Amino acid sequence: MNTTIIFTIATLAILGLLLAIVLYIVAQKFKVEEDPRIDTVESLLPGANCGGCGKAGCRAFAESAVKEGLGSIHCPVGGNPVMQKIAEALGQTIEAKDPQVAVVRCSGSCDKRKKTTVYDGLATCATIASLYGGDTDCRFGCLGRGDCEAVCKFDAIKINPNTGLPEVDEEKCTACGACVKACPKQIIELRNKGPKGRRVYVACRNQDKGAVARKACLAACIGCGKCAKTCPFEAITVENFLAYIDYTKCRMCRKCVVECPTGAIHEVNFPPRPAVQAPKPEEKKVEIPVQKTE
Amino acid sequence: MRTFRMGGVHPADKKISKDAAIERLPLPKTVYISMGQHLGAPAEPCVAVGDKVKVGQLIANPTGFVSAPVHSSVSGTVKSIEMVKDLAGRAGKAVVIDVEGDEWMEDIDRSQDIVREIKLDKKEIVDRIKACGVVGLGGATFPTNVKLSPPPTATPTCVIINGAECEPYLTSDYRVMMEMPEQVLIGGTILMKALGVDKCYIGIEENKPEAIKKLKALAPQYKGVEIVTLKKKYPQGGEKQLIDAVIGKKVPSMGLPVDTGAVVQNVGTAFAVYEAVQKNKPLFEGIMTVTGDCLEHQRNFIHRVGTPLSFIMEYSGGVPEKASKLISGGPMMGKAIVNVDAPTLKGTSSILYLTEEQTKRKAESNCIRCGKCVSACPMGLEPYLLNKLGRASRMDELEEHHVYDCIECGCCSFTCPAFIPLLDTIRQSKAAVMKIMKSRPKK
Repeated sequence: MNTTIIFTIATLAILGLLLAIVLYIVAQKFKVEEDPRIDTVESLLPGANCGGCGKAGCRAFAESAVKEGLGSIHCPVGGNPVMQKIAEALGQTIEAKDPQVAVVRCSGSCDKRKKTTVYDGLATCATIASLYGGDTDCRFGCLGRGDCEAVCKFDAIKINPNTGLPEVDEEKCTACGACVKACPKQIIELRNKGPKGRRVYVACRNQDKGAVARKACLAACIGCGKCAKTCPFEAITVENFLAYIDYTKCRMCRKCVVECPTGAIHEVNFPPRPAVQAPKPEEKKVEIPVQKTE
Repeated sequence: MRTFRMGGVHPADKKISKDAAIERLPLPKTVYISMGQHLGAPAEPCVAVGDKVKVGQLIANPTGFVSAPVHSSVSGTVKSIEMVKDLAGRAGKAVVIDVEGDEWMEDIDRSQDIVREIKLDKKEIVDRIKACGVVGLGGATFPTNVKLSPPPTATPTCVIINGAECEPYLTSDYRVMMEMPEQVLIGGTILMKALGVDKCYIGIEENKPEAIKKLKALAPQYKGVEIVTLKKKYPQGGEKQLIDAVIGKKVPSMGLPVDTGAVVQNVGTAFAVYEAVQKNKPLFEGIMTVTGDCLEHQRNFIHRVGTPLSFIMEYSGGVPEKASKLISGGPMMGKAIVNVDAPTLKGTSSILYLTEEQTKRKAESNCIRCGKCVSACPMGLEPYLLNKLGRASRMDELEEHHVYDCIECGCCSFTCPAFIPLLDTIRQSKAAVMKIMKSRPKK
């Protein structure tokens, strides 16, 4: 009886010892040298694994940060505070980046942009875009089926059922750019958040001639160029009948917002204007300049 | 009777316009000739605003190997070169011509005589086909001269002329075979000469007995031409399926159809080849069907390329009251028309009016793995699985399951008892996977 117990214990002990030696040798022989800083950096990252930095995930970001430095990569989710911490941990210095936010460049809500066809197929924007121009006359506009909402990992973009357009929750948006990639119409753009979150942008992507654009959507940019003429900072360019405000040049004077005949230029987070200064854009007479074809 | 081995479905035949003889449409006031008439790079206009053009005059040059020239389909003045919306509402460059009279280029043979003797040699034929802008009229509008210049790795052994017309409703190919049978046979002979082969099969489905009879009676006069009767099954007109049906060979995955030795051309293309080579007439006309159960008079027309669809609709008696969906092409693979002002293209084969009952989508329910889609798929894919993987964006697995082999025939969606839009998701996945595959560095 006793011998059996002793024998068993001894066998297991010897076996354990032998295997431990084998494991030790294998571990020494096939050791993977890894920079311990990778773990440090990874622990500092938000861990969202969103891919917003362009890497496959937070671990890949950490590896790249340690190997190649912080010169070309930026974690949009963590933003400047996280990037500063990582820089300190790695003993590097980085410049602070302006925080960005996703903006929706379409203002063709249901009342401004009438549906002209009925689509009853698979309800994703990508499917519609692969089949035809969309169920309104504007072939540049939002399709409203929420591909952006589906890819957002931060619950920051939602289709508003009243307007049929996506709305961005600025607090939640991390500017990871997932929605930008998902939108088949390239409507969503990452723009600088601006001082106190104030921004001015053209909420339209329509590159049709003024008359065509206007017929399709009441809120379309008709490419009249009034905003570009008004802008004192040369921040606005009009190309293919579409205005674009360069956010690096824009100084938020908001003169273009008043000037726009269709209300395609949006301002956000500004305090309300004094009553005298604010003629409602909708009430202004729309002038569509006669344009020659290209 | 021969047919392809794998999959296939049997949609209702509905060839209600088959007895309507081809009519010539009157000239519209303005034509909009699109530069993107073919698969591949769009052509570049070589006329300027204000130029006078004649019927058959070259108005745009090809811009690459897979591209085709475009010719004016009318005589008149170039009004503008602008972006014109196609039937799906997407814009593309087009030459707009105001029609004045009907003056043809002098070198086009306009007589009705059938020219039987082929004077040109192999190279001249291919050059002529290229210069005349002939493209495949079976649906994909692939430039014909490219198909006639196979890569050196492949040796063509036969020409297969596609007279299957397996899509319901469409009858334009049938009318071509009925009214221009000799021209089709001569076209086949020209194609044989261009490829240096001595065998030409014309595959026709059994639901067109008159056409089979007519061509069989004439075929003995043309050496090497054989008429093959095919069992009725969709998608017999698919290039890969037709090769399998006629000569019993499978096109390898990722391979070219010519790897099997067969070069497939549509009946309409054979006719266009005849006109280009024997009559020196560029491709600026097309044959199309205007049909639908709710339409009173079924018609087959010859249209000039660039005629607005709305003009054809008006001429053929307007849009029927019951019509709720307009389709260009067949009901299985055709495209919905959302812009009726869009011009016709070289490959426009029909305007089809469908009623609400015919087009209404039924509510989607769950997949019960019945396997109907798997047995219907003519490419041997597993649509239910591709759908599932596609919705989860599992690109690597989609590639493993050969999503890129999908020919988008729609058999899976057609047969699904749960009304799952299988093709919609598979088409998305296919595009995404192909993009990834193309972006990989070549070995």
